[in-house]
Amino acid sequence: MIELIINGAPQQFPTPLTAALLIERLMLTGKRVAIELNGEIVPRSQFNETLLNNGDSLEIVVAVGGG
Amino acid sequence: MENLIIAGKTYSSRLLVGTGKYQDFDQTRRAIETSGAEIVTVAIRRTNIGQNAGEPSLLDSVPPSKYTYLPNTAGCYSADDAIRTLRLARELLDGHDLVKLEVLGDPQTLYPNVVETLKAAEILVKDGFKVMVYTSDDPIIARQLENIGCVAIMPLASLIGSGMGILNPWNLQIIIENAKVPVIVDAGVGTASDAAIAMELGCDGVLMNTAIAGANNPVLMASAMKKAVEAGREAFLAGRMAKKLYSASPSSPTTGLIGK
Repeated sequence: MIELIINGAPQQFPTPLTAALLIERLMLTGKRVAIELNGEIVPRSQFNETLLNNGDSLEIVVAVGGG
Repeated sequence: MENLIIAGKTYSSRLLVGTGKYQDFDQTRRAIETSGAEIVTVAIRRTNIGQNAGEPSLLDSVPPSKYTYLPNTAGCYSADDAIRTLRLARELLDGHDLVKLEVLGDPQTLYPNVVETLKAAEILVKDGFKVMVYTSDDPIIARQLENIGCVAIMPLASLIGSGMGILNPWNLQIIIENAKVPVIVDAGVGTASDAAIAMELGCDGVLMNTAIAGANNPVLMASAMKKAVEAGREAFLAGRMAKKLYSASPSSPTTGLIGK
């Protein structure tokens, strides 16, 4: 069991997983999102190789209306 | 009308618009289409995990293929948060580096924190961003932001969302006179005449959101703003007549009057 802090809220996952798998689990597949992992940008091209570990903190963002 | 050039890219519209506060995405799309704007600001926010699968997104109504996105840092109160937000935006938008930096100082007034803004601008410019920067109407801060390498200076006309119009045209004029990069009035425009006044002062463009989205009929106001920005620009280029208390110079011929 690992715990990730996603957009400020803790979430548990049974096993360590990649950023790509996380996107799938969160039902964000096909959505245009960007990820910051522990303060660093994770390029989309590296989602498959990026392994998330217990205690990692992620920000997952989208573009929304704004002025 | 002659073009607006920002960071080497040419735009035919001098009206930049925000995409927030509309009733729905359809109204957003119609208002923005009507405004003729080519540059649209967007905000970067945490995705609503698990609650919006399949929900329409802004990107469908205002596609980045059709508009130049200007991701902003609205809601950021520190240089650090603004920088993180724009790095996320650059990744989100496939390396897009034209951004709007705003660092706020106060939730009540949304007045810019120029100290944090200067800090963030310096780091972002070094990091390769093309920074259009929201700031106060302080000419010295505007000059410092330009010296750092910002590609456009965007002073407020009055507070964000206030619709109070151009409160200090003299400061704006000083900024415009000194700047070698485009000066775009950002924030405070309430109605078409405000936009026209900004352009008549010699601003290179106007950025607005609430003035359009907060109108009773946003699409009609978008049309009015398009015309106001164009009219104001043409008036500026034409060069207005001098103001005189009396002209003693009628517009009609003084000779050839009948009965004399």
